Amino acid sequence: MDIKAWLKRINRNRVLFPLGALALLVIVAASLSPHFLTPMNIKNVLSQVSIIAILAAGEACVILTGGIDLSVGAVLAISGSITAVLMKWVGAAIPLAILGGLGAGALAGALNGLMVAWVRIPSFIATLAMMAVARGGTLVLTNGRPVSGFLKSFRAIAGYAGPLPLLFLITFGVYVLWQLALSHTRFGRYVYAVGGNETGTRFVGVNVRRVKLLVFILAGLCAAIGGIMLDARLNAAYPTAGEGYELDAIAAAVLGGVSLSGGVGSLVGTFFGALVMTVLGNILNLLKVGAFYQYIAKGLILAVAAISLSRGIKFAK
Amino acid sequence: MGGGNGGRPWVEMRGIHKWFGGVHALKGVDFHVHRGEVVGLIGDNGAGKSTLIKILSGVFPPDKGEILIEGRRVRFRSPKDAKEYGIETVYQELALVDNLDVPANIFLGREPALVGGRGLFALLHKGRMLREARALLERLKVNIGDLTSLAGELSGGQRQTVAIARALYTEPKLLIMDEPTAALAVQETRKVLDLVRKLRERDIGVVFISHTLQEVFAVADRIVILRKGEKVGDLPAAALTVDEAVKLMVGGEGA
Repeated sequence: MDIKAWLKRINRNRVLFPLGALALLVIVAASLSPHFLTPMNIKNVLSQVSIIAILAAGEACVILTGGIDLSVGAVLAISGSITAVLMKWVGAAIPLAILGGLGAGALAGALNGLMVAWVRIPSFIATLAMMAVARGGTLVLTNGRPVSGFLKSFRAIAGYAGPLPLLFLITFGVYVLWQLALSHTRFGRYVYAVGGNETGTRFVGVNVRRVKLLVFILAGLCAAIGGIMLDARLNAAYPTAGEGYELDAIAAAVLGGVSLSGGVGSLVGTFFGALVMTVLGNILNLLKVGAFYQYIAKGLILAVAAISLSRGIKFAK
Repeated sequence: MGGGNGGRPWVEMRGIHKWFGGVHALKGVDFHVHRGEVVGLIGDNGAGKSTLIKILSGVFPPDKGEILIEGRRVRFRSPKDAKEYGIETVYQELALVDNLDVPANIFLGREPALVGGRGLFALLHKGRMLREARALLERLKVNIGDLTSLAGELSGGQRQTVAIARALYTEPKLLIMDEPTAALAVQETRKVLDLVRKLRERDIGVVFISHTLQEVFAVADRIVILRKGEKVGDLPAAALTVDEAVKLMVGGEGA
């Protein structure tokens, strides 16, 4: 394949933009702060990106089908709390507690999927409802208090494998599996097809409902993994965990080139998008920019990204 | 081969009625197509053309009347049923998924798998899809250029060709084309009409619907005219002029 065709293909997945943004950000960060490229800080960034990135993986997939999931932050919280409560109050074994959390995430996702694909509630509304219910459920379950102090063997999830944080390896593994599923399985093909032309896809006999249901279940599962990872990292499940994370996840996907109108984008790009969000927060911290200003900075970056991405046509040339 | 008059038609619709609420959309229409025959279906807006072909392609059932294939009565519960009998439809609008490439569009919903069979997580056999898509388009003697182009990057004529190729992949007995040239430029329209003629050579029956009567007359062996849910004309194309067809369509008193 010649270079031009190769570039066209790369660009079709729109990973060049987030990759470029990330490279630029890293150069700026490294020149602004001597602490940025230290092993300690890099490990820190990789741990931080893991949780946002795993939420973004699920979110990106939902967006690819033309939907949106606003509930991932709240589902993270309820799954994390269920795992914590099972361990601390019920005395369940760690694997069982983890399974409980994952099950809760999958169930929340399935309910989202049923509301969207069968009852035909717009995903924006359906997942907004789920966001409220899951957040409320978390508060009820925990009486609004953190559940903390887990066994060392559970906290080991947030440990290290050699120089790399385990959390990062888990996220990376999920991304590899999921990107493979998106580009090489029938399911992945249908995810893009539904996002591109839902009616046309239904007409050739694809079970569109099942694809949508599955995508929401996977997003719920990702949120649950994120919740369990956050438990291990903080050694506590806070009922307010993950508040606003849905926006970070959506931002990561959009920065990564995933089109909000569906059908365009990739997980590779989303991963870079999540890194851009995390590195940005990290450098602002290193520069001791206050948290309030960081919100504004993130919002501006997202706006700039959205503008430059929307300049390209929907189906990137 | 070809022409296909005389003998038993491949598909026959008898006394088809359809009501939509209080509207009597089809009032006992008879319609048939032979193999290798191109039937032009014309009529004004609301004459019942779309309703008739949607019944024939299994989108909805007739309220009264019957459909026979090779003389045997059939019932379609869905477009899938009709496809199993060999009836494929090319729709004007819903055709392609713009963000997928040509082979992905041709094989959408029936992708060959490397492993995993019919499962949702089966691994796609991309090499085979590309090869077979190329072979299929070569058989139809159409040139799309780079098959890894996304459908959204193709011209209107190329898109329509891909949509037709997709319908032909399963070697159907009857191809229904609903306004296949509506969005096309002159040159591209000619290519689609050439393709329709090739279908006749391959002994495939075609139902061709178009608002442009010149096109219908250019490809059809026989022309069926609907007006207000009734069949008002069914004549060999050679025995009819465009003016006469228009008069039948609008029902002019002096016709």
